[in-house]
Amino acid sequence: MSSSSENQKSTVKLKVDNVAVDTTNKNRNIVYDTKDLNLWYSETHALRDINLSIYEKEVTAIIGPSGCGKSTYIKTLNRMVELVPGVRTTGTISYQSKNILDKSFKVEDLRTRVGMVFQKPNPFPKSIYDNIAYGPKIHGIRNKKILDEVVEKSLRGAYIWDEVKDRLNENAYGLSGGQQQRLCIARCLAVQPDVILMDEPTSALDPKSTLRIEELVQELKNDYSIIIVTHNMQQAARISDRTAFFLDGKVVEYDNTNNIFTNPSDTRTEDYISGRFG
Amino acid sequence: MLRKGCHNKMATNGDLNKKNAVDIGEMIARNKQKKSFSNYFEKAIPTILFIIAIISVLTTIGIVLTLITEAVEFFKRVPIWDFFTGTILKPLSQNPEFGVLPLINGTIMSTIIAMLVAGPIGLMSAIYLSEYASDKVRRVLKPLLEVLAGIPTIVYGFFAFTFVTPLIRSIFPGVDATNILSPGLVMGVMIIPMIASLSEDAMTSVPNAMREGSLAMGATKLETTIKVVIPAALSGIIASFVLGISRAIGETMIVTIASGSSKNFTFDITQSMQTMTAYIVEVSGGDAPAGSTIYYSLYAVALTLFVFTLIMNLLARYVSRKFREEY
Repeated sequence: MSSSSENQKSTVKLKVDNVAVDTTNKNRNIVYDTKDLNLWYSETHALRDINLSIYEKEVTAIIGPSGCGKSTYIKTLNRMVELVPGVRTTGTISYQSKNILDKSFKVEDLRTRVGMVFQKPNPFPKSIYDNIAYGPKIHGIRNKKILDEVVEKSLRGAYIWDEVKDRLNENAYGLSGGQQQRLCIARCLAVQPDVILMDEPTSALDPKSTLRIEELVQELKNDYSIIIVTHNMQQAARISDRTAFFLDGKVVEYDNTNNIFTNPSDTRTEDYISGRFG
Repeated sequence: MLRKGCHNKMATNGDLNKKNAVDIGEMIARNKQKKSFSNYFEKAIPTILFIIAIISVLTTIGIVLTLITEAVEFFKRVPIWDFFTGTILKPLSQNPEFGVLPLINGTIMSTIIAMLVAGPIGLMSAIYLSEYASDKVRRVLKPLLEVLAGIPTIVYGFFAFTFVTPLIRSIFPGVDATNILSPGLVMGVMIIPMIASLSEDAMTSVPNAMREGSLAMGATKLETTIKVVIPAALSGIIASFVLGISRAIGETMIVTIASGSSKNFTFDITQSMQTMTAYIVEVSGGDAPAGSTIYYSLYAVALTLFVFTLIMNLLARYVSRKFREEY
């Protein structure tokens, strides 16, 4: 166990080193292109003139103190923010060159392509199998054999297969918190999304489970673009390729994670990451 | 000893305590000595509360015992087999016959009609209130719906007899002046708020995180409601249905007024039928001399009714435990 986590650390380091090289040649495609995004909750101006490009198959971390709008921003990316009554937005977010904030954009299609993992694990009160099969089923896949395959593949993808393969028909709430969160990630994978949004996915978990999720994120970025909101700056430094620092609804700085943590260009960023506030 | 301690305390607190020179510590110590009575009281409380709690249990046992002993008397005169399989009920005839099936049939028919109205409408109202209605609408609509539950059943009965039946007869002239359809429908309307309100409670208590999980998978609101919220609330929804059925089985006034008292054994809902409850009203309201067979038949019917509701409750428990999705 300990040797494997050590290995993991060294690979993480390697990856962080790679990033600097990676971004100089700027070959990666943009997944989300946010232009002049403003958002209000009734009277509260929660996001101000956000301009942010998120790249494919990278881990993008969003950090900032409580109430800075980082969760709001990530929820705007799959329009879950609309569940709050009285939300208004201006500006555009292009996803595959279409503006997702346009009312004619079908939100169900967007959310099928963009999975989300929440702060608290929220499996359905169903069996482990039914939790994973839920997504494919609502999108019309009924073939039992295909579903079996998808369930196994997704659970393997989230590195939880070995722990649950003998109890697929048991209620998901019998799992530990960390297992539940990995199950929720597997649930996302089942519909083969392009992007996975993670809203503080480890804040309700113990350190060991947190480590496993972080390892998983590292694996997943080979196939998915991941945007992760986190309270934990060390976590952002460990697992992300790029980091955006939010403050009072604005993007203060957005750069390679390496640069942000070693050589921030804004003093507010420096103050935040060195723990002077937030 | 105690006093000395208190004085020390006061001295250290200095000026602050000088003005209101109340020695709380001493007062508490004095009160503690008087405590002997309240100590006994404290010890007696569990016993007292137990006796109070057991009153309803004892009452139930008493009622059941009465029913059973009197029913046993009835079954000495009318064989139990004849009672439960007889399709003819003629208690006042020269050669009286006591078959309970017409009454059971009437009860089941009226209950089915009522639940066909109350089940779908109640559940859909609950879905609307819990998943779709805005806060404003819910705040107005829910109390209004619950007003329906406050209407006395005699009013419903009258409504069935003087409004619904003529309405049905104006559309389908073949319907009898007293029939089981009209009270069944009205009973359904009466039960709607019960099912709507209890189901809505069950659905509202499903955590929002589950809805979000489903919506974030690209499910529509309706899919989320049907595949996540309703299954998660199913035990509560089933409980509300079973309570509705129990209510329909036990309902008396509406059927007594609007369904008449003919003891037909038929499945034709346009005809008059009698339910178990209505039979009890008719016989106990008429002249049933104590000790006569017809008098004892009341108890036999009441016992049957009791067993019906008991079975419903046990069934509800079993089903709701079986379908519970734990979270």
